[in-house]
Amino acid sequence: MVTFKLNGQSVKTEANANETLLSVLRDDFEINGSKFGCGKAQCGACTVLVDGDPLRACVAPVSTVVGRSVVTLEGLGEGNKAGRLQQAFIDEQAAQCGYCTSGMILMSQALLERNPNPSEQEVRQALDANLCRCGAHNRIVRAVIRASRSKS
Amino acid sequence: MSKAMILNRRQALKVAGYLSLSFGVPLQSVLSQADDLGQATSLPGDLKGTPMLNAWIRINADKTVTLLVGKVELGQGVLTAVSQVCAEELDVDISRIKLISGDTALVPNEGVTAGSFSMPYCATAVQYASAEVRSILLGLASQSLKVPVDQLSVQDGLIKSSTGLSISYWDLTLGQSLERKATGSIKPKDPSQYRYIGHAVGRIDFPKKMTGQAIFLQEMRPKGMLFAHIVRPPSYLSELQSVDLSVAQNMPGVVKVVQNGSFLGVIAQREQQALAAAKALQASARWKQTTEMPTHEGIFEWLQKTPPQKIIPTKRQVRASTQAASSTHEATYYRPFHMHASIGTSSAIATLGSDGVLVIQTHSQSVFETGLAIAKMLGMEPSKVRCQHVQGSGCYGHNMADDAAADAALLAVSVPGRTVRLQYTREQEHQWEPYGSAMVVKIRAGLDDSGNVLDWSLNLWSNPHGTRPSGEAGNLLSSHYLAKPFTLPVPENAGAPNYAADRNAIALYDFPGHEVLTHFITEMPVRASSTRGLGAYANVFSIECFMDELAHLGKVDPVEYRLRSLKDARAKDVITKAASLIGWSSYKKRPGAGIGIGFARYKNIAAYCAVALEVEVNEKSGRIRVLRAVAVADTGQVVNPDGVKNQIEGGLIQSLSWTLKEEVKFDQHQILSQDWASYPILTFSEVPNVQVELIDRPGMPFLGTGEAAQGPTAAAVANAVFQAVGVRYRRLPLTPDRVKDGLPASKT
Repeated sequence: MVTFKLNGQSVKTEANANETLLSVLRDDFEINGSKFGCGKAQCGACTVLVDGDPLRACVAPVSTVVGRSVVTLEGLGEGNKAGRLQQAFIDEQAAQCGYCTSGMILMSQALLERNPNPSEQEVRQALDANLCRCGAHNRIVRAVIRASRSKS
Repeated sequence: MSKAMILNRRQALKVAGYLSLSFGVPLQSVLSQADDLGQATSLPGDLKGTPMLNAWIRINADKTVTLLVGKVELGQGVLTAVSQVCAEELDVDISRIKLISGDTALVPNEGVTAGSFSMPYCATAVQYASAEVRSILLGLASQSLKVPVDQLSVQDGLIKSSTGLSISYWDLTLGQSLERKATGSIKPKDPSQYRYIGHAVGRIDFPKKMTGQAIFLQEMRPKGMLFAHIVRPPSYLSELQSVDLSVAQNMPGVVKVVQNGSFLGVIAQREQQALAAAKALQASARWKQTTEMPTHEGIFEWLQKTPPQKIIPTKRQVRASTQAASSTHEATYYRPFHMHASIGTSSAIATLGSDGVLVIQTHSQSVFETGLAIAKMLGMEPSKVRCQHVQGSGCYGHNMADDAAADAALLAVSVPGRTVRLQYTREQEHQWEPYGSAMVVKIRAGLDDSGNVLDWSLNLWSNPHGTRPSGEAGNLLSSHYLAKPFTLPVPENAGAPNYAADRNAIALYDFPGHEVLTHFITEMPVRASSTRGLGAYANVFSIECFMDELAHLGKVDPVEYRLRSLKDARAKDVITKAASLIGWSSYKKRPGAGIGIGFARYKNIAAYCAVALEVEVNEKSGRIRVLRAVAVADTGQVVNPDGVKNQIEGGLIQSLSWTLKEEVKFDQHQILSQDWASYPILTFSEVPNVQVELIDRPGMPFLGTGEAAQGPTAAAVANAVFQAVGVRYRRLPLTPDRVKDGLPASKT
């Protein structure tokens, strides 16, 4: 039995403690945001926040998060109402296929928590290990800057 | 669980029944539209293949409009654009439009979503169909209100007369059956009246994607769904010698282990159980390997010495004058194999129902043809295989989406009544997807005294760019490994006007003598198929680099040289504007930096695009940094300016990645590019700022956009690097090692 906090709620799972956090989130808790991209911590599509820090859920066993707090894309808004970063991504139309988006938003959330007013260069550095294949990079950077300037 | 995502057969038919309440049309008549060409051969866009209006548009009693399209969303924004066109011509609010896309039982068969065809074919069909439905509704309103049509106006489905009478679309169509063929005679609106077309409308799928609501195929979770993984052989031509199925069979959660010839798969209760069992299966499998590949280093020599299946005279225009050339120039360019390398690995869900119908949820670009190929592979009636498109990760061409659909189907038929989901591992996607073909392009020109081209001769060597399912089982990867295997049909090279290996091999420039020969080599050392732009990427790269070389040889400004060799005014406009945006004429050359330009009209019939950019070359490391880039595109009438800009910028950045970094590596036995570490792509810190400007052409035909930037970008980079360091790099990608090796010894 593994227990942890998921988007503010206490949850438990019977899953084998060796299963990846990503698999448990997607298949047991129907989390949609975090995506399977590589299973090797190389692309960032699966990124979640654990106690505020980014973690590649595709390689982390679910046991990593016992007693800790996990936040996914779903935890950044209220129901279907977009949170600050999510709204900025919508406003900037910052995607094409959107498969990498969740990872981008969570990495950006972690960035804004430690650096509320990042420069363009700092945003690029923070997202450098997250891959986008559609070429939406500049829109994503603009969305993060926009979110940093919005007070809501 | 998102109920909306679970479209099982019964529910889908129920939906269809509801939708056809007002414009009632039996399912069968929708399916037979493709054969029913009748007198409709001159209809616009894909109305030609599917002329029935209610195959495209249904006005529903619940005050919504159902728009049915055969084209599918691949991340390019096409469903937003066609919704805009429908809302515009039908005069309804865009929020009323409910889309059904890519369900083979419900939508018009529009073939493959590829080749930048969706706007010219699908959006044009939707435009004319919507205009005609609006006109029919106005006619009905006129009868009902007893007011002449020219005294009626429409606002969001409410038809009003100048005398204050009104009736809505929804009242008019209640209980009516409006099965009617399009005539194509109703002229769409004048662009001056547009309120959706030409305006930036936010992508209809983004709010869901950005808040984590279920929208991707990977988010479909039908109750009781099982998870599968497959085992691929170590190399293309491997044959399974022996395998111990019992180890996997006895592992936790395993429901079924499937072996069919050399095809191996595992179905389990949980995803990780399936993965673990597949690994165990792989460990026990013994293979006979016979693959001998020419290696990525040897591929260009191999292409030129392997006998082509045919040499295609793509263009032969003999010069009328007999003037002798005063000089000649020749150069050869090389493009390696590239991957689509989608961020999400390919996935599919399949269920063999108790009615004998196999339903497959897939992110394929070709739901109809893939469904047919799968039916043939399984020996099923084509009508018993139904594909439903659900979005996946962006694909950029024929990636493994279709193979995932086929593999999920192969596994699902072994557990009738159960739903099976398959998603490949990263290594499987990287190693087994069909790559964009390696190419060699040799250009030779005879020039007059002023440096103008008298004779232009382009020879290209290429593997096929099209091994899509196309309704043939042998195009599905796993079919080659079954106990009763299928063989790959001999690939074709599509001819005019779109071409394939020779796409954009005919330069748009006006040369007196102009010859293009395509050496089409169908023997494939690695799996190859359609990748964004097909041959256009290498051909435009070569042509635009060569034009730059000719300009420098003739001591003519490269922009001026292009302009004086072109007659097409729209082509000149994008080049001139791109040059102006990059500051071409006022550019102050610095050591190690330079600017370059590239241009093409995609396929010579789609969007015009010019790219100009500035690079800086670190002569110690050989690393190229793109400092800034501009692109100017003319895509005819622009439907969604932000959508077009997004596509052009995305294409430009992807092409920078191909051009600077990407090459599929392989030795004699296997693919070595197995993940993101061994196949790196461009990252945030390497992406330059990009400015995209559009030249709108109100009222002119929609021109496809999605692939227009690929070739021009590559040439702009190489041309800028030449200005920066004075060296012509003709072999892609322009990696630091290659750049360093090419620099004169004094510079390193």
